[in-house]
Amino acid sequence: MASAGLEREETQTMTVREAIREALREEMARDEDVFLLGEDIATMGGVLDVTGDLYEEFGRDRVRDTPISEAGFIGAATGAAATGSRPVAELMFSDFMGVAMEQIMNQMAKMRYMFGGKTEMPVTVRTTEGGGMGAASQHSGTVHTWIAHFPGLMAVAPGTPAAAKGLLKSAIRSNDPVFFFENKMIYEQSGEVPTDAEFTIPLGEANVEREGTDVTVVATQRLVGESLSVAEELDGETSVEVIDLRSLYPLDTDTIVESLGKTGRMVVADESPLSYGVHAEVMARAVENAFYSLDAPIQRVGVPDTHMPFSPSLEGEVLPDGEDVRGAIDRIV
Amino acid sequence: MPAIDLETEDGRNEALRRMYTIRRFDETAAEHFADGEIPGFVHLYVGEEAVGVGACAALEDDDYITSTHRGHGHCIAKGLDPTVMMAELFGKREGYCNGKGGSMHIADVDAGMLGANGIVGAGPPLGTGAALTIDQKGEDRVALSFGGDGSVAQGQFFEAANLASTWDLPVVFLIENNQYGEGTPVGEQHNVDNLSDTAAAYDIPGITVDGMDVVAVNEAVAEARERARDGEGPTFIEAETYRYHGHFEGDEELYRDSAEVEYWRGRDPIDAFAERLMDRGELSEEGFEEMKDEVEATIEEAIEHAHSSTDPEPEEAYDDMFDGEVPDITAFAERLRADGGEQGGEL
Repeated sequence: MASAGLEREETQTMTVREAIREALREEMARDEDVFLLGEDIATMGGVLDVTGDLYEEFGRDRVRDTPISEAGFIGAATGAAATGSRPVAELMFSDFMGVAMEQIMNQMAKMRYMFGGKTEMPVTVRTTEGGGMGAASQHSGTVHTWIAHFPGLMAVAPGTPAAAKGLLKSAIRSNDPVFFFENKMIYEQSGEVPTDAEFTIPLGEANVEREGTDVTVVATQRLVGESLSVAEELDGETSVEVIDLRSLYPLDTDTIVESLGKTGRMVVADESPLSYGVHAEVMARAVENAFYSLDAPIQRVGVPDTHMPFSPSLEGEVLPDGEDVRGAIDRIV
Repeated sequence: MPAIDLETEDGRNEALRRMYTIRRFDETAAEHFADGEIPGFVHLYVGEEAVGVGACAALEDDDYITSTHRGHGHCIAKGLDPTVMMAELFGKREGYCNGKGGSMHIADVDAGMLGANGIVGAGPPLGTGAALTIDQKGEDRVALSFGGDGSVAQGQFFEAANLASTWDLPVVFLIENNQYGEGTPVGEQHNVDNLSDTAAAYDIPGITVDGMDVVAVNEAVAEARERARDGEGPTFIEAETYRYHGHFEGDEELYRDSAEVEYWRGRDPIDAFAERLMDRGELSEEGFEEMKDEVEATIEEAIEHAHSSTDPEPEEAYDDMFDGEVPDITAFAERLRADGGEQGGEL
């Protein structure tokens, strides 16, 4: 497993934003069938500056600015993937997913299956999620549950720069549609990232970021870092194991079950709305597969079924953070 | 080289044969649907044969097409095997999609047929994507997206046409105006005289042709294909046509009267073209009968093959979701099957 030998590999400190850009650069250099398309990703470098100057390096044919036309360019990416291309589409904000949803749910997700396995669908969709910027309800949503729920699509949502790089590279190399969810509040978060161009992280594998014995926190995206800080604060008092779930689908049931076998207690922290969220699926897998390991009710941390409000005082109320994780731990330990 | 060269006598005869094959394939499918042998829905192409054949004849073998829910004719026009198609309609493992697609999702990606499609308007973005691959790789081929009149009212049609024209992609949009979007007349769904008028919105050529005339469709598509290949972008072709059967088999057709159906049947594309070939001395009455017998034999063979084909094993339902095995599906399937096999038993 490529991620297992992190400490032996040569690494470089980089931010999540840089790690994503580096993954794109490496995969475009490696495979000329890879190209990027999306709104304002060339000249502007992406509205949150992720694609940056890639168009200067690879030209405008491989970094394509599209019309503001999500159904059109996600559909075109789907058709291109079915005919031998390996497109990476950027959906500027995941809130715009609805515009493209027909092509995603009825074409991209179903073509391989409907055709009896006789087509590949090597398309990656990158999109940003999450509150915290005061971007209000239509630019702050977390919708990865929709995609993780829908058969035929894979979904990843990394919480660290290394996971971002390794998972995006695997997503691009995959012959299946993979959605890559970027929480916009962690673009500036730094960490060590392997520099080897062949470093990848398999889709469907969670990672134990910090070992512990009293309680397991299964977290995604921004809440991975926040949970690690909580674990640090509680050091000596409560031993917290922190898992970066990384892949929402496929979901790494084994790592969750193994951790529960050790701790018997679990908090699931994800920025989705709480009802029918990623939390529910993680809990269901735990209950189905590790019921007798449980010593306490599983706790979940997420958005309490509201939209993301505008005013900072309101947004702060519903946006889950480390304090909420700590509160959840306190309830069961 | 075009798939069928209508400039030649052989080509014209082959076009007639394809049209007649479509006609008999669909009429036969209707019978076996009525008998309950074909599950699900079928939408028949009877009456519209000149559009599919005229268009696909102008394409080359490695060009792509995207199709619609009314896709059997496009498949046969593109050269797919009626035997393998019929097996798919019957839900058999020997079908094009191993029985997973059926009438509405027949595809043969290797033959450039990117799928019939159950969603109105979904094909043009996919065809635009195929054209994007062609453009990216600098290939000498084009994509053609079939759509019904209804698809022109869909947002995703507009988005595809706008993207393709903005990027000058090698794609042709061929709109089959069969006068009804499901059960509502075209005039109640659109506010233009001709659907091709909407091409002005994309600054691309928009033409309306007689969709009952295989030569007229062929010439229009051949020209559009040249434009596409030359980097001049898409063309919007509206082919005026008519479906003799209902929107789906079983449709009571409350929205139209028999006089209208008779009027269009009087303009039958197969009869008209056969007559033309006879007038030119390229086809005899005898020759046409012989052709019909050969087609009949092909269709009979397709039905026999479908009858002798195998049902997919129930556990094949778990295959083909992804490139490799996904543990989640495997675990759910194992648990389900350990409890006694198919969920809820036979339907």
